Amino acid sequence: MLNIQDLHAKVEDKEILKGLNLNIKAGEVHAIMGPNGSGKSTLANVLAGKNGYEVTKGSVEYDGKDLLELAPEERAWAGVFLAFQYPVEIPGVNNVYLLKAAVNAIRKNRGEQELDAVEFLSLVKEKMKLVKMKEDLLNRSVNEGFSGGEKKRNEIFQMAVLEPKLAILDETDSGLDIDALKIVSEGVNSLRNEERSIILVTHYQRLLDYIKPDYVHVLSNGKIIKSGGPELALELEEKGYDWIVETEAA
Amino acid sequence: MSQENMNNNIQHYLNDFEQLGDNIKSDWFSEQRQSALSLFKESGFPSSRQENWKYTDTRPIAKKEFLHSSDTSVSISSDQIDAVRFQGLDCYELVFINGIYSIDHSRIQGLPENIVIENMAAALAKDSELLEKHLARYADNKVSPFTALNTAFIQHGTYINVPKNTAIDKPINILYLSKNNDQPFASHPRNLIVMGEQSEATLIESYIGIDDANYFTNAVTEVSLSASAILKHYKIQQESLNAYHIGNLNVMQGKDSRFESNSISLGGSLVRNDIHGHLAAEGASIVMNGLYMTDNKQHIDNHTRVDHLKPNTYSTETYRGVLNGKSRAVFNGKVVVHPQAQKIEAHQNNANLLLSDDAEIDTKPELEIYADDVKCSHGATVGQLDQDMLFYLRSRAIDEETAKSLLTYAFADEVLKDISFAPVKNRLEYLIVGRLPDAALIREFTNE
Repeated sequence: MLNIQDLHAKVEDKEILKGLNLNIKAGEVHAIMGPNGSGKSTLANVLAGKNGYEVTKGSVEYDGKDLLELAPEERAWAGVFLAFQYPVEIPGVNNVYLLKAAVNAIRKNRGEQELDAVEFLSLVKEKMKLVKMKEDLLNRSVNEGFSGGEKKRNEIFQMAVLEPKLAILDETDSGLDIDALKIVSEGVNSLRNEERSIILVTHYQRLLDYIKPDYVHVLSNGKIIKSGGPELALELEEKGYDWIVETEAA
Repeated sequence: MSQENMNNNIQHYLNDFEQLGDNIKSDWFSEQRQSALSLFKESGFPSSRQENWKYTDTRPIAKKEFLHSSDTSVSISSDQIDAVRFQGLDCYELVFINGIYSIDHSRIQGLPENIVIENMAAALAKDSELLEKHLARYADNKVSPFTALNTAFIQHGTYINVPKNTAIDKPINILYLSKNNDQPFASHPRNLIVMGEQSEATLIESYIGIDDANYFTNAVTEVSLSASAILKHYKIQQESLNAYHIGNLNVMQGKDSRFESNSISLGGSLVRNDIHGHLAAEGASIVMNGLYMTDNKQHIDNHTRVDHLKPNTYSTETYRGVLNGKSRAVFNGKVVVHPQAQKIEAHQNNANLLLSDDAEIDTKPELEIYADDVKCSHGATVGQLDQDMLFYLRSRAIDEETAKSLLTYAFADEVLKDISFAPVKNRLEYLIVGRLPDAALIREFTNE
């Protein structure tokens, strides 16, 4: 479903990703861990198609397509979803209108019938329960005046409504207290299925107590230096990133 | 032709003035007109060498021979007028066609007896002490030759008097509609609003061009607010893209009075809006919101000035501009805090969005402070669309063009967020969307 080969990427002339390889099959959950500055967010942004990231080498194949050739919206139409680390506030753009336009843009591009207002509303009602989303947030401007936790919850709520094939969760756990972390994790767990792949980008092992990954990868200096099962995350938690960076370098 | 000659190409205005005749009997008014004409004759049209007109070249107006609009046979169908009304707004309404009052289209039935809303010509024919006390006392003929020209031609327009302790039950909507006639014409609408103590009203002035009509609107509005009076004022400028519009709004404010200005400028080829607020007594406050949207070769200039003359007075100004094509806009907001005006607050902000490389904005907030215990702030920004917002929307499956259009709309719509009349807000939002490059893409976002 996603095959990343020898990916090199630059931001403002600084090389951040330096030959990253990753292969993800449908239905798998992969955690990407690593110290600050290792390239975790860069990977998330490159996959979603953000401007300002220049891929200098390598390839990303997604669902049989060359992902890097697609505009951000085309990626979304094809089922890629990025839950942002810092969701931006957009005054004047209504949260629920955006979501309706998003759902219908995706359906249209898949050749499916667009949802009418009633169908859309019942979909929204159902998905709101997943992340215990407060109804009054729906009719506000996108993320405007939301607390940190509300913003993250809104991201997972959007994911629930848009039903992506590949979801990239960029530090979704950061800034969440333990209760919010549980709610968000339960939301994500309920969205796991055999067709949906999920990439969890995180600095801490904490998130992985709630969302059990199939694989854990350690990213350091723009490359994956070690891969393993969930036990790798525990080892990292115990011994720290320095341990693994030094071990692998040796 | 040299600039000097160009500026003095005013003979046809002088001729038209002679044609006006003197059906007005009151001496004070004849004197007003005569002295205004003399001033205009002396100065001619302003030159861009004058600081106040530096960024707005009025030669295109001076060059054209606009004849005084006096043809009463021009008609506009009721359907056409309905199309520009606010759907569902219950209001008192005066309609003017090419600057001339249309009794047939106006609706002021049911107006409470103590309130006056009438054509300026009718008010002048009756004459009154109140009119003499207020007319041409606030808009200074010496400050702008256009004001002097308007004063010389005072005839049609709106006179409103709301007495003490009275609130008007409905908004007042004034429609100045212009359509092509045999030759390019000039109209000089003159409005005077006198608000008694503790009175309250909402006034909407709309200037609307039909088709591509070729004309020059030179409007002046004067407002007098007695103690604790409140006036909410809307000016919606949708002149034709071949038209010229010069508008001047002058407000004299008494103790604890409040004036709220919302100026939306969308049309016109060459436009200049001036607003001047005089905070002449303690507790007076003025709020000025503005939006200008320009495209192609449009030029829209907004000049505002607030004089804080007394302590504890307040002014807030928020203007936003969206510029596209090869258009140009000017924002000049001046706040003058006079020496005795302690403990005042003045805040000003101007933000601009440039959608094209060829569009140009000149923005100049100005603070002149002669008191020492004041709270003032000002700021101006010029920019493109926020890239993080754009990426966020695109990552949510919204195509680039729609996302840009949506963000532009959201930027402009901020100015309208406090409008309390839904029919007015809805229509303005509809007009704003219509001015966006990809209007059709985002209609569904705003119509639901």
